[in-house]
Amino acid sequence: MGNLYNPLMETIKTVNLTKKYGSLTAVDSVNLSINQGEIFGLLGPNGAGKTTTLMMLSSLLKPTSGSATINGFDVIKNPQKVRASIGMVFQDPSSDPVLSAYENLKLHALLYDVPLRLIDSKIDEVLSLVDLQKRKHDIIKKFSGGMRRRMEIARGLLHQPQIFFLDEPTLGLDPQTRDHIWEYIKSLAEKINMTIVLTTHYMEEAEKLCQRIAIIDHGKIVALDSPASLIRTIGGDIVHLRGSLRLEELKKMSFVKDVAQEGNSYRLAVENAGKNLQELLCKAGTVESVEVHSPDLNDVFLHYTGSAMREGEGDSMDFARSINRIRENK
Amino acid sequence: MNISSSAKGVYALWYREFKVFLREKSRVVSALFLPLFWYFIFGGGVGTISTVGGNYQHFIFPGFLCMTIIFTALFNGAYVVWDKKIDFLKEVLISPPSRTTIFVGKMLGGMTDALLQSYILLFIGLLLGIPLTVKSIIFSMMILFILAAGLVSMGLIIGSFMESPEGFGLISSFVIYPLFLLSGALYPLDKLPKWMKILTHIDPVTYAVDGLRHVILGISSMPLSADVLIILGFDFVLILAGTWAFNKMKL
Repeated sequence: MGNLYNPLMETIKTVNLTKKYGSLTAVDSVNLSINQGEIFGLLGPNGAGKTTTLMMLSSLLKPTSGSATINGFDVIKNPQKVRASIGMVFQDPSSDPVLSAYENLKLHALLYDVPLRLIDSKIDEVLSLVDLQKRKHDIIKKFSGGMRRRMEIARGLLHQPQIFFLDEPTLGLDPQTRDHIWEYIKSLAEKINMTIVLTTHYMEEAEKLCQRIAIIDHGKIVALDSPASLIRTIGGDIVHLRGSLRLEELKKMSFVKDVAQEGNSYRLAVENAGKNLQELLCKAGTVESVEVHSPDLNDVFLHYTGSAMREGEGDSMDFARSINRIRENK
Repeated sequence: MNISSSAKGVYALWYREFKVFLREKSRVVSALFLPLFWYFIFGGGVGTISTVGGNYQHFIFPGFLCMTIIFTALFNGAYVVWDKKIDFLKEVLISPPSRTTIFVGKMLGGMTDALLQSYILLFIGLLLGIPLTVKSIIFSMMILFILAAGLVSMGLIIGSFMESPEGFGLISSFVIYPLFLLSGALYPLDKLPKWMKILTHIDPVTYAVDGLRHVILGISSMPLSADVLIILGFDFVLILAGTWAFNKMKL
């Protein structure tokens, strides 16, 4: 299992990586060590600092302080070597809509110094990875959102990067396309031994794809481990209760690990809920509804941040851009 | 970055600019027809009252060769804003080539677009009865080439600073038309009032128009060597400034 951190195989390392925009700290002293061949997820709500982190790791954005090393190269001192080591799929479409898939890929191959005689065969190879060979000479304008994303994934792989960054690879795609993209990413990781770092605000995506996850909120890493271990830290099952409950009674019970209250709804972490639920309900007070489920990353997130994921607050790049604009207008 | 990978980087950007150019036919058509409208309609009308010795339409023809360059070069540069908008610029800036390489590639791409159009117009000049010779065509091409280098750089500098496509109109009003109207393309420079004379001499296009008139019609107000040296100086400054602007450019 590639779950454990191994300093010998470390391919990405950040030390107190920080980005400030005026008084706002978008990324706050982030320390990461990512192994070679690992699928690593940066999970957090919109505006948490995921994209900003990725922009710094890819040398597009200068950190305010701290450092980052990619494939042994410092992002500030050696940006060109860093760029040659990485592939990137941006959150927003970044291909030229007027050019065909082939032309976009050829442009990319030239920019990344792929040997001229290999360019055409490489293009065919990556297009077949994402099932787009048949659309090779079609103009990108005619592609659906999912196809365009697939083309851009293929493009990011064209120069065989050691490290592959995917910024919200399924944002804005319908659920079916999302499943497809996940399949592609998974099969890529199996076929090619490369390090994959992806950002997402979909719990399910992180849980399905990543070997390790860093939960990031307000620019800080609040938890970092494998999805299974993170879920285990919750300890037990999640019980949602609604009604007028006797909070003190609940807290007294030995099998209740954690209680969070919001109005008349309660969220409890309960050890072995199947066995203990009856006793819990007897003593709890007037219960109107009960819901029991095994914990998932959402509960982990709640556990560490005390609030649910803030979905739908506008995308994080909009956020970063608006900050940029505010800065520049000053 | 070694020389071969830089050359490939330049070629990559040139390839893209050129492909886009070939596909956006409306841009090509308008850049070619606008000067012809001016030539026939404006030139035909004003020609009846003109006191310029000789054929007025012939007199203004060199200005229209420059007009195609001005329009294509400046709008080509402004398209950098579009690249920013569709995030294509990120894909380019995250690739290994240096910003200078990217600038040179974009400059050569823009020059190709601008020159192809003005060269086509130059040959249309043969059909219009402009007294062109092999020698004057070759010299004209050279003058247009050095003019394009500077103006394309100017466009790219503007594009690198622009934040949204809304600025397109401003470029038209405050850069493109002044460059054209002050160049002496439509009138002789000798009898101008002082303030206008100063402005025309700041406009780099003036020297290209004067040089082209010299080689095509044999009339000019400055020596050809002075025209060429001034345009080259202007190129030098703008290419340096463009490289600097691209290195400074934020996403």
